[in-house]
Amino acid sequence: MDQAYGIFLYALSLLTMGGIYAVLTLGLNIQWGFTGLFNAGIAGFFAVGGYVAAILTTPPAEAHLGGFGLPVPVAAIAAMLISAALGWAVAKTCIRLRADYLAIATLGIAEIFRLILKNELWATNGARGIALVPKPFEGLPEPWNQIAMAALVLLIVFALYLALERARLSPWGRVMTAIRENEDAARAAGKHVEAFRVQAFVLGSALMGLGGALMAHYLKFVDPNLSDPLTATFLVWVMLIVGGSGNNKGAILGAMLMWTVWSATEILTSQLPPDWAVRSAYIRIFLIGLVLQIVLQRYAGGILPERREPPPPLKNRPLARKPAE
Amino acid sequence: MIEFLNFHLIPGIVLGSIYAIGAIGVSLTFGILRFANFAHGATMTLGAYLTLTLVWGTGLHPLMVLPLAMAATGFIAIGMDRAFFKPLRASDTVILVMASFGLMLMLRSAIQLIWGVQIEAMIPGIQRPFVLFEALRISPRHVLIVGAAIVLMIGVHWLLSYTKTGKAMRAMSDSPELARVTGIDTEAVIRATWFVGAGLAAAAGTFLAIDTHVETQMGFKILLPVFAAAILGGIGRPYGAMAGGLVIGIAEELSTYAWFGTAPLVSPGYKAGVAFAIMVAMLIWRPSGLFKGRVF
Repeated sequence: MDQAYGIFLYALSLLTMGGIYAVLTLGLNIQWGFTGLFNAGIAGFFAVGGYVAAILTTPPAEAHLGGFGLPVPVAAIAAMLISAALGWAVAKTCIRLRADYLAIATLGIAEIFRLILKNELWATNGARGIALVPKPFEGLPEPWNQIAMAALVLLIVFALYLALERARLSPWGRVMTAIRENEDAARAAGKHVEAFRVQAFVLGSALMGLGGALMAHYLKFVDPNLSDPLTATFLVWVMLIVGGSGNNKGAILGAMLMWTVWSATEILTSQLPPDWAVRSAYIRIFLIGLVLQIVLQRYAGGILPERREPPPPLKNRPLARKPAE
Repeated sequence: MIEFLNFHLIPGIVLGSIYAIGAIGVSLTFGILRFANFAHGATMTLGAYLTLTLVWGTGLHPLMVLPLAMAATGFIAIGMDRAFFKPLRASDTVILVMASFGLMLMLRSAIQLIWGVQIEAMIPGIQRPFVLFEALRISPRHVLIVGAAIVLMIGVHWLLSYTKTGKAMRAMSDSPELARVTGIDTEAVIRATWFVGAGLAAAAGTFLAIDTHVETQMGFKILLPVFAAAILGGIGRPYGAMAGGLVIGIAEELSTYAWFGTAPLVSPGYKAGVAFAIMVAMLIWRPSGLFKGRVF
């Protein structure tokens, strides 16, 4: 019985963490999947979101900025807004860069964010991080608080999915695809390519900030490791590529699946003798890299490849000309 | 003044030489294969560990065994190209960059698996610096690093200017289609590029290890400054990469000097940010670099 209960709690933690990662992959999907923006600085926006949420909700403390005592939803919205504002500033300066230049620039900017989080002790408490971040539903008895947290995260993912799916099929989403597929053609069709790219980058950054806020509340703690490029940038990229970039369902599936693999292999390897347990942590990362290579070479579209809906029939379009008699 | 030379300018030149050697490899692969190789940092780490293993095995000085480690890293890079990049040759740039991401993860974890994560010293013990003019302190290892870097730079210059392979590499960097129609074996040039780029990466990793120590994250830590140097020098411009490396290294070290009053200009915690800031600024305002490199 106890074991079943333990497995149940573990499944809840998988769903919650997978859901938080799904928020990140959905954000990246707007940037990369829809619009083709290579953001290699996910960790930076994610960490900023986490720190904003932590600073706004924690009780007053000597060691860091805080004591605002705002409710969690307000802090989450603030985290999104500040990440979006930073995303706007980054996009305004870097959006014209070609794919891998953008990747290098965003990676550099994320590293600068990380340095700020590490060094501005008055605000962030440096490497020691910020503890006592409130967790939603903490007052509920044992399994119910976990259930409520998981439900909250999944609800957010579902709401985002509905909104983004709508956005993808809207004229706005089709412009994004057009920009990704052929920037010059989109420009020739009169679309303001830079403005659309900035929108996609800002929207994606906002979701990454939301993911950071959720993570901060779930773990009740933030420190500069939140901006670790391995777990916050590369893992998210692998999730999106494996799941299927351009496809919102694929983004969510990739996040859930890869997080389960990531987490389950940790349990497997912790069963090994201690000498091997440490080493096998590296085997996990090696395997994640290998999965990425295999997907790139064999299944370039991911598990759920992007589906292109045919354009709506002509007669339903408001401005369609009648076929010539 | 002496403090400026001993603690800022000389370390800056040493760091700059390390970045320069690393950046040549990035610039060559970027120019010829047309993607930013994120696995370059892990290649530098691999080279440092191979040198360390050879030092353990033979008891010789790291610079004595370095050519062997460079060759080994070069062959490993050709193998990695065959396994991970060749199947994607026709793909979009971004797919190649993703593959190099994945390769970076694999290389790093393989290194951690084989050698462990503990920090190792390349040259054990403390060396007494030379003292010139009773004030200027120069550490012997710094002289060796800069000297070896200069030798390698001359080697690269000779390779690119006087050998057939080097000329073919430059031709391919300028125009792959034109190179192909003139009968250049492009796959052979790509292999040569990986060999040279990874060999130089191994040298840069070893120099960094001689200056500091060997650890599994060392390559990733200098990956961005090395990219910064390659971009500053202009992609596909190996001589630019050398200059860019020196500029970035010296700028990083000089940024913490007390130029105005007594406080350092940039707090030491932000030293690493100087390279990133220069790089982002260059990307925005002058992506072709100081030496009119290519913008793909």
